Amino acid sequence: MSEIILKIENLSKQYRLGTVGTGTLSHDLNRWWHKVRGKEDPFLKIGDVNNRATKGTSEYVWALKDINIEVKKGEVLGIIGKNGAGKSTLLKILSKVTGPTTGSIKSRGRIASLLEVGTGFHPELTGRENIFLNGAILGMTKTEINAKYDEIVEFSGCERYIDTPVKRYSSGMRVRLAFAVAAFLEPDILVIDEVLAVGDAEFQKKAIGKMQDISKGEGRTVLFVSHNMDAILKLTTRAIVLENGKVVFTGSTDEAVKNYISLKNSIKINKNWDAINEAPGNLFARLKKISVLNNANIPNYDFDVSEDIFILIDYWDFNIENKNTAIIQVFNEYDVLLFSSNEFNSPIWETIHNGNKAVIKTKCKIPSNFLTEGKYSVLVAIGNYNPNRIHIKIENALTFSVRDNFIEGVETVKKNIGGNWPGIIRPLLKWEITKEI
Amino acid sequence: MKEQITEPNDWLFEITPKNKLLSLNLKEVWHYRDLLMLFVKRDVITVYKQTILGPLWYLIQPLFTSIIFTIIFNNIAGIKTGGIPPFLFNLAGVTSWNYFRECLTSTSDTFKKNAGIFGKVYFPRIIMPLSNVISNLLKFGIQLLIFIGFYIYFIFKGLAIYPNISILFLPVLVIIMALLGLGLGMIISSMVTKYRDLSFLVTFGVQLLMYVSAVMYPMSIVKEKLGNISWIVEYNPMAHIIETSRYMLLNEGELNIKGILFSIVFTIFIFLIGLVIFNKTEKSFIDTV
Repeated sequence: MSEIILKIENLSKQYRLGTVGTGTLSHDLNRWWHKVRGKEDPFLKIGDVNNRATKGTSEYVWALKDINIEVKKGEVLGIIGKNGAGKSTLLKILSKVTGPTTGSIKSRGRIASLLEVGTGFHPELTGRENIFLNGAILGMTKTEINAKYDEIVEFSGCERYIDTPVKRYSSGMRVRLAFAVAAFLEPDILVIDEVLAVGDAEFQKKAIGKMQDISKGEGRTVLFVSHNMDAILKLTTRAIVLENGKVVFTGSTDEAVKNYISLKNSIKINKNWDAINEAPGNLFARLKKISVLNNANIPNYDFDVSEDIFILIDYWDFNIENKNTAIIQVFNEYDVLLFSSNEFNSPIWETIHNGNKAVIKTKCKIPSNFLTEGKYSVLVAIGNYNPNRIHIKIENALTFSVRDNFIEGVETVKKNIGGNWPGIIRPLLKWEITKEI
Repeated sequence: MKEQITEPNDWLFEITPKNKLLSLNLKEVWHYRDLLMLFVKRDVITVYKQTILGPLWYLIQPLFTSIIFTIIFNNIAGIKTGGIPPFLFNLAGVTSWNYFRECLTSTSDTFKKNAGIFGKVYFPRIIMPLSNVISNLLKFGIQLLIFIGFYIYFIFKGLAIYPNISILFLPVLVIIMALLGLGLGMIISSMVTKYRDLSFLVTFGVQLLMYVSAVMYPMSIVKEKLGNISWIVEYNPMAHIIETSRYMLLNEGELNIKGILFSIVFTIFIFLIGLVIFNKTEKSFIDTV
């Protein structure tokens, strides 16, 4: 069973940013002229790594660059990566929606993709008609659909509505019907992108179950893309991690997921910019130093729930028109913004920012017994209000983690009680108790 | 050792940056034949949903066009149509022209209109324009029935009109019209993906083309009236097709073999070019549309 069913060789995909205009026409003509003379496309040599956060120098970016993957028959391969890492582009090329710029994909089986379920559903047609239309779009023949028709209807649970136009369906029913059609496809290689994020809990469970059947029971080769690490861990055995259009890790799913999470939540507790012109910022402010400190003023990552956490931001303040303020926003591991806080809460902020250029040193204290256990990421920004202007903004600039270590004799919210503690924050609140006899 | 056994080219298919120049993958199209028919069915069923007159719209458009043409070109401008009632003459032209026009306009926005579905799933893109051509054929059929209705009506009124034996070749003419519409449409649709300018051109370009396609006048008056610039009609393949269709249906005018051969060659040429451009575009149009 070690036959290689899919082989991706040096696959790259280049995109042009910006809008289509006269510039496009001149580039096209240039490209065509090179081709006529039998020369190489001049625009293939340029192009930036695809990192959406940074400003690039070229109009062209590589959404995928030199991807090499081999997939064995019967294997369930997970593909994970951040937004914009190139996952969807890869799947689009695999499902022949768009072509690669260079490189090739060789396959020994039919590929079908569930990039988005319900493609081609026509609202005026009935459920029955849409099953046939959608099935045919996905590459099934009429006979194949006929053979599976009853199963599809049963799996969707929309029997009652099957002769009603789809426009009368609830959105959940539409998705159920669409997924049901797709689930009964029988290609050699199935490409799945985030379809599990739909439907109610019951249906999601059903969908995951069906996926497992497809991949395990029926020995189908599956490429599975998801942000849902849980689903990836459940369904796949091998995974690749994409970052900025490149494969950064290939191996067992366990290792890949760990790699991916550390990629996202690497430890960032201290950063200095010594050279003023290389520091992030503009004419009004430049960042000098940021760090996460403990009580002893030492950069630290692991905190106990009973410890104070200090966020330090030092910056060059060149703003003589308006009063700058440092801003922090703290996100938890599910990317929920917990709170934001500003330097201007300091009582001496008004007097400090007196219109002179200076190096401002700020330190914000996140009190003990306030955050719950977990990993946190801090967005750091410098700006001014009225008029509102952001001079510097760095997402995920600092990270730290909070744990409850049950230190003896220290007051905590949870005391020594075991188990999970509900809530996204864990503030220690004052309780007043009286007793009447 | 095993590597060497499995490695050689037993790949089912390969995805590469470039398509072959001319690859109308008939096998693949055949595999998707059910989809083709379902698209046709969808088009036919859904076009006139929630309209009161429904499929009657198929009839109203050519009838009124013919009536207006008769009033303007025959009654006011005084164009002679031989022994044929002007209304029937115009209806014949309009019916044929409509089929070509529908094929062209519906094909010319294939990529733009279907970007949503093309962006998510692969099937041979040519299926879409093909389904348009077929569903338009149905429309053409209905309009032809109306024409036949009036034909019989005029015969009952005692007019000596009868079709030419060459009417047996009408299907060939229809195929030529379909291919020409498809070919031009494919060229335009491929270019519209990147440069939207062309879609404006299509709307009024088709209108203008109709006036030089001998729809409401016979070819015979072109030479005497236009003189020097008669080439504008004579080198228009559609003009020959419309004239020939009238020759077949009404036995009016003359059969210009040279003209029709020119049209066929021109059509095949355009169709092949359209296919090449379409093939080139379908691979990555989704990035630019």
